[in-house]
Amino acid sequence: MKRYFLGVFLALPLSAQAATPEQRGFQVYRQVCSTCHSLNHVTFADLSGIGLAVPDIKAYAASRQVPDGLDDDGDPKTRAAHPSDPIGSPYPNEAMARLANHGDLPPDFSRLAMTEEGGARRIETILRSYAPKPSDVVLAPGSYYNTAFAQNHIGMPPPLHDGQVTYADGTKATIPQMSHDVGAFLDWVAHPHREARSHTGLVVLIYLAGLGTLLALLKRRVWKRVKETRQ
Amino acid sequence: MSKPDNTPAGWLEARLPIISAFRREYVDFAMPRNLTYLWNFGAFATIALALLIVSGIFLALNYTPSVAEAFNSIETIDRHVSSGWLVRAIHMGGVSMLFAALYVHMARSLYYGSYKAPRELLWLTGLGLFILVMIAAFAGYILPWGQMSYWGATVVINAMNAVPLIGPALASWLLGGEGLGSVALHRIYVLHFVTAFSIIGVIVLHVAALHVVGSNNPTGVEPKTSADVVPFHPYYTTKDGLGLCLFLMVYAALIFFAPDLLTLANNYAMANPLVTPGDITPEWYFAPFYAILRAVPSKLGGLILTAGSLVVLFAVPWLDRSPVRSARYRPVLRWALLALFAAFIALGVAGMHKPTGLWLALSRISVAYYYAYFLILLPFLPRVEITRPEPATLRGEGA
Repeated sequence: MKRYFLGVFLALPLSAQAATPEQRGFQVYRQVCSTCHSLNHVTFADLSGIGLAVPDIKAYAASRQVPDGLDDDGDPKTRAAHPSDPIGSPYPNEAMARLANHGDLPPDFSRLAMTEEGGARRIETILRSYAPKPSDVVLAPGSYYNTAFAQNHIGMPPPLHDGQVTYADGTKATIPQMSHDVGAFLDWVAHPHREARSHTGLVVLIYLAGLGTLLALLKRRVWKRVKETRQ
Repeated sequence: MSKPDNTPAGWLEARLPIISAFRREYVDFAMPRNLTYLWNFGAFATIALALLIVSGIFLALNYTPSVAEAFNSIETIDRHVSSGWLVRAIHMGGVSMLFAALYVHMARSLYYGSYKAPRELLWLTGLGLFILVMIAAFAGYILPWGQMSYWGATVVINAMNAVPLIGPALASWLLGGEGLGSVALHRIYVLHFVTAFSIIGVIVLHVAALHVVGSNNPTGVEPKTSADVVPFHPYYTTKDGLGLCLFLMVYAALIFFAPDLLTLANNYAMANPLVTPGDITPEWYFAPFYAILRAVPSKLGGLILTAGSLVVLFAVPWLDRSPVRSARYRPVLRWALLALFAAFIALGVAGMHKPTGLWLALSRISVAYYYAYFLILLPFLPRVEITRPEPATLRGEGA
């Protein structure tokens, strides 16, 4: 078992070389989505869960300013974020967020892949279902044509366009590719311990199956005595 | 048995005979030899409760009972507390496993007549436990302060307010006077773990009562000779142990591989008093009672029917007039009882759907049958039913 874990640790830095969909999705989040959408419950340090390196996490945290109480004159001051801070919202408060978005609040991403019916797949579909508005369709201001919805519109302007980000691993940043990657990232964000969960579950089930087999044998042996005295 | 006073065990025995008591009640204790695996479910419920209490203590260390912080603290437990996701999964899965075990345990008692004399107190303490578990589960579900927590609590508090005379006073006592806010949340938090610890006390009564009257068995015929019984250990320690292992495997499969089955995704959105969810669905274990609550077009009527569906269970030992315990020897009651189980499951399914059209009709038929079973079939069926002869011994010999 120890050797197996060692193997996993040794393999980790290697697999980090090739960007995973989650890592690419994070890149899109950082450069595109995070201009409007918050991650209120996820800390910078949590990003190590998708294999982000510590220096990168520190640099990302340092690039964000967070409120830091009041200075000596009683004015609010800020500081660079620590890795243990939540990634948080691009807006200082909800009112500002609504002001910037036609009165709507861009949903927080922390559990979106869980609360959105259809999960990450649904988010991916929404992102790739923007289309030019047919001439006979009239939309209210602040609405955008999107075929993923029954009413064919959404409040979010089309966020992605081809080649918008430059993936570090050389993957071509098409809209379907970026949509898929964002979906993968949000899926991880909503279920951060899924891998540990299924791994622990496997170990627990194997243990219980072994214990159960032994108990079944023991029980059979013990109860044999009763069956013999029955005659 | 008595040991010389110069050994530590002997010293303890002379002052507090717990070793001999344990031997008497859990090693040598005479059990009917013909118990099926259905008799494992009481042990399952006890283990599920133990896991709930232990995991609950660790959750309480990290939980903050205030409107501003409750949801955040749950997210912190799930994301950042070391193994917090596991502790919370054990706690959330434990509730479903506990209710599942209790429902089977109660169904088994109904089928084999385990509520009949001399086991009435066993049945009554068991029902008391069931109601305490329901209160603890309801209070616990509010604590994460998600959308379903908030709106589920709102449904129950509205129902409480509909109770004549004491309802509004009781509701405002629970809420602390300022609506469903921080004061209420703190009270509900205290209610949650006070109820949980009371459950342990009532379990002691339940098990004490069991050890006075002994276990019923599938024939419903009391053990008569030593050939009818086996000592608890090693016979039922191994049988319970094996069952428990299978129970834990189901439990583990649920929390590790299907965690989304345990919770409504809606509850991962923070409570918002301004946004009512499209349909407020209860957890599966409350669904049958929720269906009864919504089966009639009157708030008070629904409430009376729901409370009545529990109250009627307390009268079961006296409603059932048949001298025959086990449904094995009651050909008509057997089918009537299986139909009752089907009606209860139908209520559960209907409770998860909007009360319209077919679902409403199904809940109404089911709730009518539920009451008919307890109030008409149980007392009056023995007058017409021709029972099959019970065996002379529980080993099934001699008719």
